[in-house]
Amino acid sequence: MKNGFLFLTSLLSPLVLNADWLQFRGSLGNGGTSVSSITQFSEENKNSWKAELPGRGLSSPILVDGKIFLTASSGPKQETLHILCFSQNEGDLIWARKFKATGRTICHEKTCVAAPTMVSDKKVVVAQFSSNDIFCLDLDGDLLWLRGLTYDFPNAANGLGMSSSPLISTGVLIAQVENDADSFTTGIDLKNGEELWRNIRPKGANWTSPVLLGTGKDQKVALQSTKGISLINPTTGRELWNYQDGASSIPSSTPVGDILLVPSNGLTALKTRTGGNSHTQVWQDNKLGPGTGSPAISGDRFLVINKANVLTCAKIDNGEILWRMRIKGPASGSPVATRSHLYFFNEDGLGQIIKLEHDEGKVVATIDLQETILSTPALAKDGLYIRSDNHLWKISQ
Amino acid sequence: MIKLISISCCLFWVKLPVHSSPTSTNLIQSLVAIKSHGEGNREAMKAWPLVSDFPPSAIPQLLDAMNRANNLGDNWIRAAIEKIYSQNTTQLPVEKIIIFLQDHSNEADARDMAFQILESELPSKANLLIPSFIDDPAPVLRQKAVKSILNKAKNSSTKPKANKLYKIALMKAREVEQIKEATRELEAAGEKINLIQLMGLVTDWQLIGPFDNSERMGFSLQYGPENGKGLSEHHKNKDGVVKWEKFSTQDELGLVDINKQYGELKEVCAYAKTTFHSESAQSAHFRIGSKNAWKMWVNGELLFSRDEYHRGKTRIDQFIIEGKLLDGKNEILLKVCQNEQTQSWTKQWEFNFRITDRTGSAIHSTGLTIK
Repeated sequence: MKNGFLFLTSLLSPLVLNADWLQFRGSLGNGGTSVSSITQFSEENKNSWKAELPGRGLSSPILVDGKIFLTASSGPKQETLHILCFSQNEGDLIWARKFKATGRTICHEKTCVAAPTMVSDKKVVVAQFSSNDIFCLDLDGDLLWLRGLTYDFPNAANGLGMSSSPLISTGVLIAQVENDADSFTTGIDLKNGEELWRNIRPKGANWTSPVLLGTGKDQKVALQSTKGISLINPTTGRELWNYQDGASSIPSSTPVGDILLVPSNGLTALKTRTGGNSHTQVWQDNKLGPGTGSPAISGDRFLVINKANVLTCAKIDNGEILWRMRIKGPASGSPVATRSHLYFFNEDGLGQIIKLEHDEGKVVATIDLQETILSTPALAKDGLYIRSDNHLWKISQ
Repeated sequence: MIKLISISCCLFWVKLPVHSSPTSTNLIQSLVAIKSHGEGNREAMKAWPLVSDFPPSAIPQLLDAMNRANNLGDNWIRAAIEKIYSQNTTQLPVEKIIIFLQDHSNEADARDMAFQILESELPSKANLLIPSFIDDPAPVLRQKAVKSILNKAKNSSTKPKANKLYKIALMKAREVEQIKEATRELEAAGEKINLIQLMGLVTDWQLIGPFDNSERMGFSLQYGPENGKGLSEHHKNKDGVVKWEKFSTQDELGLVDINKQYGELKEVCAYAKTTFHSESAQSAHFRIGSKNAWKMWVNGELLFSRDEYHRGKTRIDQFIIEGKLLDGKNEILLKVCQNEQTQSWTKQWEFNFRITDRTGSAIHSTGLTIK
């Protein structure tokens, strides 16, 4: 019954009924989609293409109304921030905007300033960078507003780089700017870039992204840190409940229906109690801890890749492990999934499609793009979109 | 409503040159007036669609506005300029843009924007200008000229030719990675490079410590050296009395390894001080690199502090803080803290430090730093 409910919830969500991919790990922010996608890779297919990028990035593409939006950073100190728009069909560059970083740009060599993924409400797109510069543009690339959060708060920075992807909920942009020195999460009015609220957050490096629970006016936002989870009202920032048993600072939580899968003590499933001001723990399993990437949802199952490159498929409602298999890692990006297949790229650029059977997973397709890939793919009916260090790729069947 | 204003604005532009319009000045001023914390965003949101509809002839005026804008206003204006020239490349006021670019009195970022316009629309013209940036006060432009020399050196047919070019690059470079690249090549060819002298890295210090930093609390505690008694010879720590001691680093990149003075301690702070003699009162960049938490005072004023440990390695120019040097003697005081972490990559307790002008050229102390 619960599985049926989860499936129905994902089907009814308005975000899922089209092929948009509006934020990090998809429109639902959980790596899953009910839209079916390719089951084979073909670089030679006439619908496949690759487009050159002006700089590196760990950010993922998002898809809005046939357009792809993506960030990149370039320059000797990665001080040039790029926001790019491509056509989904042909890969043509529709527009490109360049800004100058106003915050710190020093990062660990593996990451870069263009690490967070953009977000859209289908009317505007918002790009946040590791420098904590935030730009809101319309779909034609016109600047609507901008903020420089490290300009405002000079100690809001992480010497290794920031990577939290922003979220839009009920007209509020949620930006998690959490670090050792000046750690906060802020709610910014999507209309004009003004701060609506700002919550002081636990001090400590935090590369996780906020995720959305619920729909419509009942939306709530889960903020993760090494302390645990804080569920907040996105319009006020007021905390509704918190979970204090710790959580990872790298892989993010995965929302599905009313359940939140938290990378804590392995993996912990939490659920908001009736009334909304407290939570209950549904299950916890220390064998289900993710590595760098976050879990992905596929129907009533979830999939998680651990640090040893073992992919585990388990049931959402009780955490029961259905099967495990070894995959070719290491992977920095997160996997994404349809109801029948899982997609991910390892750091060497090897893409893998795994057919998700009930009792096993089977690698049904691979493709070697021969470029470093540290990002998460975007999925659509007509193909898979992935960015490498140098290119944006569309891979069709 | 916004569209309507936009149309009337276009008509307006046909009739009047940009510079004579008080309206255009007010609109541009809305972008210049942006302040931190989103202040001014509403006015800028109204002005930007109109400014970005200006004709290409307005670009020099907008570049000039970048001279007056802070970094946020700079981004608002550059977005408008980019839209203007991407929509209409045929009427670019090329000569005026070049004059702006070549005028060193303009701000570095504004001049770089002028260069970007040329690079985008007239790349061959832009490339011809690059060698002229070799002594440019704008680091971002100078970097392009040095890069060009480094590339020529790489592709030189003979080693002597290459080395000659690497030497030029080394003398002209202000960006750390370019300095390192030229040094690497020259040292491979048997040259000895004094990076301490070249980059103005400060090597002679006095150290005092260790002071307690249990639970990272020492970072915010005001021990003797920072509570107005900085010049005293002795201060108390938890184990008794400690005193300032000379410490000169021999590291080729000026790294001050505090562990060498006190051993590999954990949960401790130390202070480092030096006296820096400036030839004149001048603006300066105080450049510190440290993977530890630190604070920096110049002549008793706290310029910046950073409470972060072991997030990446210590780098030269990791933090660049604007400040002022007095004519003559200047007291530099640093506090560098070590935390409780025990992993192998957390044992470093260190910093490097140098002072430059705005262009990145080293400012050297003109007197003895150790009395």
